[in-house]
Order: sequence, then structure tokens, then C-alpha cells
Amino acid sequence: MFSESVLKTIFGRLSLESFPIHEPILVATFIGVVVLGLGILGAVTKYKLWGYLWTEWFTSVDHKKIGIMYMILGVIMLLRGFADAIMMRAQQALSFGANEGYLNAHHFDQVFTAHGTIMIFFVAIPLVVGIVNYVMPLQIGARDVAFPFLNNFSFWLTVAGAMLVMVSLFVGEFSRGGWLNYVPVTNLQNSPDTGPDYYLWALQIAGVGTTLSGINMVVTIIKMRAPGMTMMKMPVFVWTALCSNVLVIAIFPILTAAFAMLMLDRYAGFNFFTNDLGGNPMMYWNLVWIWGHPEVYVLILPAFGIYSEITSTFTGKRLFGYSSMVYATVVITILSFLVWLHHFFTMGSGASVNSFFGIATMVISIPTGAKIFNWLFTMYRGQIRFELPMQWVVAFLLTFVVGGMTGVMLAIPPADFVLHNSLFLVAHFHNVIIGGVVFALFAAIDYWFPKAFGFKLDPFWGRIHFWGWVIGYWVAWTPMYVAGLMGVTRRLRHLDDATLQPLYIIAGIGVAIIAIGIGAFLIQLIVSVINRDKLRVGNDPWGGRTLEWATSSPPPNYNFAFTPVVHELDAWHDMKERGAKTPNGGYLPIHMPRNTGAGVILSGLAMVLGFAMVWYIWWLAAVAFVGIIAVSIGHTFNYNRDYHIPAEEVAETERAAAVAGA
Amino acid sequence: MLDQPALLPRLARAALIPLLLAVAGCGDVLDPAGDIALQQRNLIYASVGLMLLIIVPVMILVVVFAWRYRAGNKDATYDPHFDHSTSLELVIWSAPLLIIIALGALTWSSTHLLDPFRPLNRISAVKAKTNERPLLVQVVSLDWKWLFIYPELGIATVNELALPVDREVRFDMTSSNMMNTFYAPTLAGMVYTMPGMRSTLHAVLNKAGDYEGMSANYSGAGFSYMRFKLRGLDNAGFANWVGQVKARGMSLDTANYLKLEKPSEKVPAMHFASVQPELFQRVYERCVTPGTPCMSEIMARDAAAGGGGRDANEAGEGMPAGRGSIPREKPDGALFKDKQEIEPAPHLSKPPTSDVPGATDPASPRNRDMSFLLLPPAPGSAGAARG
Amino acid sequence: MTTQAQPAYAGNHSAGDDGTQPPIFYETEAHEHDHSSGGTMLGFWIYLMSDALIFATLFATYGVMSTSYAGGPAPSQIFALPLVALNTAMLLISSITCGMGMIAMEEGKKGATQLWFAITFLFGAAFVGIELYEFAELIHEGATPMRSGFLSAFFTLVGTHGLHVTVGLIWILVMLVQIQQRGLVPENRRRMMCLSMFWHLLDVVWIGVFTFVYLLGVLR
Repeated sequence: MFSESVLKTIFGRLSLESFPIHEPILVATFIGVVVLGLGILGAVTKYKLWGYLWTEWFTSVDHKKIGIMYMILGVIMLLRGFADAIMMRAQQALSFGANEGYLNAHHFDQVFTAHGTIMIFFVAIPLVVGIVNYVMPLQIGARDVAFPFLNNFSFWLTVAGAMLVMVSLFVGEFSRGGWLNYVPVTNLQNSPDTGPDYYLWALQIAGVGTTLSGINMVVTIIKMRAPGMTMMKMPVFVWTALCSNVLVIAIFPILTAAFAMLMLDRYAGFNFFTNDLGGNPMMYWNLVWIWGHPEVYVLILPAFGIYSEITSTFTGKRLFGYSSMVYATVVITILSFLVWLHHFFTMGSGASVNSFFGIATMVISIPTGAKIFNWLFTMYRGQIRFELPMQWVVAFLLTFVVGGMTGVMLAIPPADFVLHNSLFLVAHFHNVIIGGVVFALFAAIDYWFPKAFGFKLDPFWGRIHFWGWVIGYWVAWTPMYVAGLMGVTRRLRHLDDATLQPLYIIAGIGVAIIAIGIGAFLIQLIVSVINRDKLRVGNDPWGGRTLEWATSSPPPNYNFAFTPVVHELDAWHDMKERGAKTPNGGYLPIHMPRNTGAGVILSGLAMVLGFAMVWYIWWLAAVAFVGIIAVSIGHTFNYNRDYHIPAEEVAETERAAAVAGA
Repeated sequence: MLDQPALLPRLARAALIPLLLAVAGCGDVLDPAGDIALQQRNLIYASVGLMLLIIVPVMILVVVFAWRYRAGNKDATYDPHFDHSTSLELVIWSAPLLIIIALGALTWSSTHLLDPFRPLNRISAVKAKTNERPLLVQVVSLDWKWLFIYPELGIATVNELALPVDREVRFDMTSSNMMNTFYAPTLAGMVYTMPGMRSTLHAVLNKAGDYEGMSANYSGAGFSYMRFKLRGLDNAGFANWVGQVKARGMSLDTANYLKLEKPSEKVPAMHFASVQPELFQRVYERCVTPGTPCMSEIMARDAAAGGGGRDANEAGEGMPAGRGSIPREKPDGALFKDKQEIEPAPHLSKPPTSDVPGATDPASPRNRDMSFLLLPPAPGSAGAARG
Repeated sequence: MTTQAQPAYAGNHSAGDDGTQPPIFYETEAHEHDHSSGGTMLGFWIYLMSDALIFATLFATYGVMSTSYAGGPAPSQIFALPLVALNTAMLLISSITCGMGMIAMEEGKKGATQLWFAITFLFGAAFVGIELYEFAELIHEGATPMRSGFLSAFFTLVGTHGLHVTVGLIWILVMLVQIQQRGLVPENRRRMMCLSMFWHLLDVVWIGVFTFVYLLGVLR
């Protein structure tokens, strides 16, 4: 018979009570996940795919495979985050007057926290990083990123963070502090539960991954461009990826430090953000928003790059005002550091400080406006082919300008005093994130999918996907703008005023339309895989202009048998125009990095460490921590990290690709 | 300047009308009863108007260009080399710049004019400021209800705020624990209430009537119900209301405040006929509990002695007599909890069972984590007036 | 690691741009790929900058909280400057020995490199030891990080630096073993260069800590 003390030593604060067996929604979800999971595991085992997955994917250091894995992670987490959105919309559409809805406060508060956290950290970031990972090295004519192992490690750290968030669904609970885990709600005295700890560990682990990935991408862009590709001959997407990753490097350490301080408060009783003993909760708000505002640009800048590439390709023109596009990107990057206070004008910083930050925020709309005009005049005198990616661009232009306008409204401090924390604000950032980032990511998937797999995505389901999102967005968020102007605030589980119910019901219908869009996206993927032979296209299906289209689709793992030499902006277009011939002989051995499992193992240990710390299982945390150090040191003793692909193998691959691409 | 919608360009107003129709009448933000909120609304109109000057043409151009230059249209010019034009780029950059210059000027002046710290310079668009002193209302956001103290009248209320119409009001605000925002959309924009901080808002209500106010910043489980009734009364009505509160209510002394401070939700309006003097100051300085040192005392001592002295490692040591105890109980960090203190973490969203403290122990810290909070007995519930 | 070399942009690649010759669109000749430090050094430098930002955040936090004594002890009452001066000396000397070690490495002297870094390790360990002693004293006196915002910020800032030095010490040990095993191979040289940059950065940060936290704290 174990005494209670022994049980606590072994399991910390984990007990049978920690499992949400009283929550029918969670139990049903859990059963679903288990059945699906067992099905997948069973299939993988039956078809003996473990070895293939391990050697070809999990341990791969190929930027293309890592990029695809990031995309898969992002899409899976999108489904989770969207399920949270449906639950919120349903609760809010029901819960008026005497009706309390179906979620109690603790559950609802976790749902909106998880929705925001997942959508930003585990959907938007992985998808953006995934696209950058896949496309950027190809666009600069490189064979891989600067630090291939680090790339793999970054990915698995992100996965570890995502897994911790998912575990919190079934073991214990997630934070109830909003997507930035605000103090004082998440102070130890106010939330002694596991929620904020799950949040902090998940985001610390994933955040380290994102920072490392940022360093990797910046070095890749600076050091590994094809000969001749000067900075002002880089594709705009590469420019935006560079600025975005510079921002990552500059802001994530601040978030790491802020979270570490909150961890010290919670685990060691420090007084950083406590109400008493000299703590200062406002410090936390400042620090997370010094991270938080540039983070918006981390996401939107690559989106701008995606739109630029697509507009230029599908209008058959070089991008209008390339250099002003580049300068606009750089200006936005710099200005994004000067605006964080606009997230809490109402905290009472005084009129002069507020005006400074308000005007700085508005100034950002100047380069952004210039970008919009640049896309507009790229369309001018073009020959626009409205394939799926280009449709997203037009939808983006029309949606995003509205979001930009409401953003500037929120930047005027006295106007913000009535709009802050209202549904107007929530509608605004969904407007720019869905209309800006999400549309771009889907455009990018439609655009570069044939590059990655050699066949196009099914256009019929693609159109349903497109219209589902566009119509759904407007139906879901226009009522929220209106409700915000009526003085309705955010994160409410229950409302008294039944006259508002129609607005929430319309918003719920909008979410249902978006659900159709997401469903169509999944069907599009499945249908396209089934019909892949019919949808198969050549290496350059869209009449591309940048170097990723200069190699075969899908590209060989070394990307380019011969490194391209760049003379012009839109290098591939230039090569096509001047009739550049790909050499078909004289191949040389290619130097490549070896796969390694260290990233998977280290990330797995990091996840165990996080879980053990969340549940106060100190012995397990110690074991995991020592394990991390031991594996890291052990990894440095491996000097055998690269190999050469023999010239004959390159020749063979190139011959096969030429046959397939013809 | 801000209250003249006639300044708005016609185009902007035309575009606004559908939006206004959707919201008119029921929206506190767009149809406010207070002059500050009105000026803030006018600012929203003006900025939207200015921005539509550029947004509308852009949206039209997007549609026109997308249609005209579609690949199927053989009549449209195709000029693949049109990728630079210095004069056009000048326009591209200067058009938004001009709008932002105008908006920036508007922002600078309006931010200063409508600064919540700044006393009003008029009562309404048609009424100049009088010499009357502003009515002082002290606001404390508790978990999860609002406490309003009228120090000059010696009364206090919970979840009910009555204001005389056309009289300037100065709100001093703080919070007992969480960060909230004090927000009555019809009166003025929101301002944060923060523990250990004092924020200020000047506002005026111009129309009598019953309105709603709330916390607009998420502050935990009971947040959705953290709403208060805002009553605009004429002078006679206000005097009458004060008389009623004084006649019926109980006293808000330290003991009652400490009970009130505990987490509770869906709290009905309460009236207190008398308030312990300096209560707000002590909430703000975090020393309501007898025996805790006030912030200002600690800071004065820190400043004078350069800290609490090498040996003053016990909190509050060396403080004036009677205040020498630990400031406030604070849980140990997880790493320093001993086995007894590590409680198994039950799932909080579980419905309460009979063994959770709830109403039987309103002081229990676990109440904070209950999903359906039971109301603790209101302080002096026998005599406390309802509604 | 496939750091791809960066051939000169000029030279024969752009020869065709003037239209006299057809331009070269592919690199068909073998280039001696230089696997040494270019990308790694840049990457590590950027990493150090991001690490410096963590310190900057902690410095800023300390700046905000440096007078939040909450009735507890103030810097002048708890900082023992002679001890800190000794500590500073340890770290500064370790930086010099680290530099000597790098010179030895440049000269290809394996044994001297190891010796200098072993000395660096000893000074670094002394630094960490003295810091731990200082912390233990403070906690023993009751000036724990839980006591006030000021002490929380102090322990975190100084402790984070100490943690970095500890990581540096482990790194030195690993490098001593790896140099023993493989000698001054290019990989090890690259790692040593990163290590020395890391070590010098910690020195710079410590000078900030010494000035900003200790000296200004005692003066206040």
C-alpha cells in the first residue's frame, strides 16, 4: 500500500482527479483521438512504414521535407484551433439571458485561451515557417539552409510545444489567462492550477525552436545566395522572409525572458509580476507586447512576400516598384518596434506617450499602403490569369484594406478608449490575420504545391475552399464589428442583452461557412492525391519567375544539380527569356548533410521535462534535464555529419526528373 | 472641432449610413449619453471619413483592374515592362502620407483634449463648464463586482453607479486583485483598474436614463457577470437616491470590506449608508487588512533609510507599531512546497460537489477556481438594501 | 553542414552582361567548398545577439524594480563590494587566459590551447563558486529572492549570467576532451571560436552587471 507521500513523490500533483472524465465533450474527443491515433499507428505498423518515416522524414535535415512537416503540423493544429472557435461561437450564440450555454466559465476561458495560443503559435507560425523553409532556399538557389540539423531540431521543438498543448486537453487543463497568459490572472495565487504552467512550458519550448529557426533563415539568406544574387536582386519573398526572421531573432528572446520571469514567480515564489512585495504586473504586459506587436509583422511580412510573388507570376509582369516594396518592408520592420504601447492605451500612460505610440502606429500604414498600390499597379496592364492563388490575392486586397482602416481607427487613442477590448478589436485582428496571413498561406499552398509534389491541387474543391473562407470570413466578422460598435466586449461567456443574439447567430453561421471551406480544403488534398496523374504538371506550371521553378518538381534532395547564376531580378524569367540551357552532363558530386535523430530525441526529452514540471514530478524533470544535457553533449561528439552524392547518382536523378517533367 | 460631423466629406457619410442603420438606436458607442463618449464617437466618424478617401478608390481600382486586365480580355493593353514609374510611386507614397498627416494632427490634439486625467473643459456641446466641483467617485474593481465609493457623501454601492446629469464626475480607480477596465460605453471610454495603482477618468453624463457598465478586461471566472447598472438622475432624483441609500444601507467597515473582497459573482446591487474613511486609499495602498503596512509607508521608509536595514529581512519589520506583520499571505513557489502543500490538481471545470467550500467558506482560495461560484452571504445581508 | 561557398559575384559570371558573350547561367565548375566558419560564425554571432537581448530584458526589468525593496534590504546593505571585485577579477582574468588559448590555437599548439583553457576553466569555476557563496550568504541573511521585487530581479539577472558561465564551463570541458581526441581539426577550431566569443560576451555582460547593479546599487 503506497502512502500518500510516496504517491506524491512519484506522480507529483497528478492524480485520477486530474483527468476530465466528467466532461462529455473531452471524453468523446479523447475517444476519437485514441481511435484515430490507433488507426494511424496500426496502418503505419501494418505497412511497415516506421523505418521509412524515421529515416526519410523524422530525422531528415532536408529543408523541403522539414517545410512539409511544418505545414502538416500547422494544418493539424488549425483543426484543433478551429474546433475551439466553433465551441466559442456556439456558446456565445446560445448563452443569453437565462440560458447559460453549455460551457462553464473554466471551460470557456480555456477554450478562448487555447484558440488564440494555438492559432498564433502552432498554426500561423508553423505554416509561415514551413513555407519559408520550403521556398526560400530554392528561391536563392541554395542546396539547403545554413544549419540543416538546427532546422530539424527547431521543427521538433515546435512539435513538442504543440504536443504539450494537446496533452493539456486530456490531462489537467490549459491556461485561462488569455492568449498572452496575462498576469494577475495567471499569478500563482490566482491560478494555482496546471493551466499557466502548460502554457509557459509549451511556449518556452516552441519559442526556442522558433528563435533557432530565425537565426538559421537569416544566415541562409545572407550567406547562401546563388552567385550574382545581390540583395536588390533577391525575390521579394526572400526579402520579407529576411525581415520576418530578423524580427523573430529580436523579439523572441524578450518573450523567453518574460515567460521565464513568470515561471520564477510560479515555481520559486519570486516577485516579478505579483501584486505585492514590489512586483509589477504591468511589466509583463509591456514585455509580452514588445514581443507581441512585432510578432504580427513576423506573420504578415512573409504573407506580403507571397502575394508579391503570386501577383507578379499571374499577371505576367515584373512586380511594380520592386525597390519601394523592399524599402516598405524594411521600414515596417523597424517601425514595428515603436508601437507596442498601443495595445494598452487605456492603462493611463498620459496623453503625450499615447499620441506618440498612436502616430507611430499610423505611420506603419504608409508603407503598407504603398505595398497595396504596388500590387494594384502590378495588375495594371497585366494579363491576369485567375488561377486559385491569384483569386486569394484579390480577396486579400479587398479584405485587408478594411482591416487596415479599422487598425488605424484603433491607433487613435481616444477612439481606442471606446473600441479597446471590444469585439471591434477582435474583428479587426481577425480581419488582418485571416484576410492577410491565412489567405496568403492558402494562396501559397495552392501556388507551391505543384512545386513540392509535381501535381496541381484540384481546382474545383479549391474554389469551394476559397469561397468558403472568403464568404465565411465576412459573414462571421461583420456582425462582430457591428457588435463592437455597440459596446460589446470580448471574452464574454454570457450576455444579458438578448437583442444581440441575432448578431452572434449570424457569426455562428459564418463560422459554419468557414468550416465548409476547411472541409473543402481537406477534400481538395485527398482528391488531388487520388487524381494526381490527371493533375500532374511540368516543372514550371504557372510560368514562374523565380529560381524555385528552375529545378524539377518535386526538386531532388540537392535542389540544383548546378547552382544557377543570377543576372537579373526574376532570375528564372530572365533565364527563360535568354534561352538558358540546363547542362545535361558533367555532373559533379554534391556535398550534403546527413540525417540525424538527435533533434527528435532532444525535443522528446524537452517535452517530458515540460510535462514533469507542470505536474511537479521533480524526479522525472531531473531525469529529463540530465538527459537533454547528456544527449546534447553526446551529439557534439559526432563529427561524421556529411557525405557526397556521387556524380553518377546525380546524373541518374536528373535523367529520371527530365523524363517525369517532360 | 470634433463634434461637427458636417466636416465629414459627403462620400464618407454616404458610406457610413448602412453601418449606422445597423447600429443606430441600440449602440452605446455610436449613440452615447455622455459628452466624452460623444466626442470619441465623432473622432471615429472623422477618422473613418478621412480613411475612406483612400480606401474606397483602392477597392474600386482593385475590382476594375482585376476585371479589365483579366487574361481573357484581348482589348486591354499588356505591358510586361511597366514595372516602374517614379511619378506614380511618388503618388503612391504621398497619398497615404497626407492622410496620415491629417490623422496624426487629429490624434495629437484629440488625445490631449480627451485625456482621461484632464478635467473637462465643457459639460456638453451646448453647456459650458460651471464652477461646481466635480463629483468624486472612487471605483474599486473586486473579484468580480464593482465597488463605488462616494467619499463626499459618505456612501458606497456595489454594482450600481448613480450619477447626477450634467455634473462633471472624477473617477479614481484601483483594483483589489485583478486588472479590469472600468467601462460604461455610454459615458466615456474605458480605463484600466490595477492593483496598487490609481487611475483617473473625468466624464459627464448628459442624459438621464438607465445604462449599463462593465469590466471590459477579462479577469477570471466571474468576469462575464462583472457588470453594473449606471443610472443617470437629475439633481432631485440624485439627492433622493442618496437619501434612500443612507436610510436603508449598512456600513462598509474594514470587516465588511474584507468579506466583500472575496471572489463572488452575479452579485446584486448593494447599498452602504456609511463608509470607513480612507477606505479607497487603503485599498489602493494594499493595506486594508489590519496589520499590513501601506505602500506609501514602505516607500517612504525605503527612500529615507535606503531600504529596510541590513537585518530587516522580515517583511514590514521596523514599521510603525501594529503594522509589523507579513504584508499578505503569498503561496510558496512550487519548488519550495513540501509534500503536504502539493495538492493533487483536480480538474477545475468539474461541477462543484458538496465538499467544496463555496458559500460555506467564502474565504477559501479554492473558490477562485470553482466553475459555478456560490454566492457568499453579502456583508450585512440582513440589512443590505437590494437593487 | 553544407555551407555553400560564396564565389565572387564579379569575375567571369557577369562577363556576359554586356552582350558580347552569352552569359553563364549555371555554375558548372567544381568550387572548393570552404567548410570553415563563415556561416557558423555569423549564426553564432546572431545567437549571441539574441542572448544579449535576454540580458537586456533582464537589465530593463532590474531597472524598473531596482528600488522596489518592499521594506526589505537595499543594495547598500547587502552587497559586499570586495567580494564582487574579486569575482570580477576572476572573470576578467579568465577572459585573458581564454584569449591566450585562442592565440595558441591559431599557432596550432594543441597542448598550450588545452592548458590555457584549463586555466580559463579554473578561473570561471572560481567565479561561479564565489557567486554561489555570495548567494548563499544573502539567502542565509534572509535576503532571498522571494523577499522583494528588487531581490527577485537581482537574483535573476546575476543568476542568469552565472548560469551562462556554468554552461561555458561545461563547454570548455567538452572541448578539452574533443581537442584531446581529434586535435585542432577545423570543426574544433570553429567550436573554439564560438566558445571564445561566448566567453567574451559573458565578460561584457558582467561588466554591465558590475557597474549597473553593484556599483550604482551601492552608490544609490
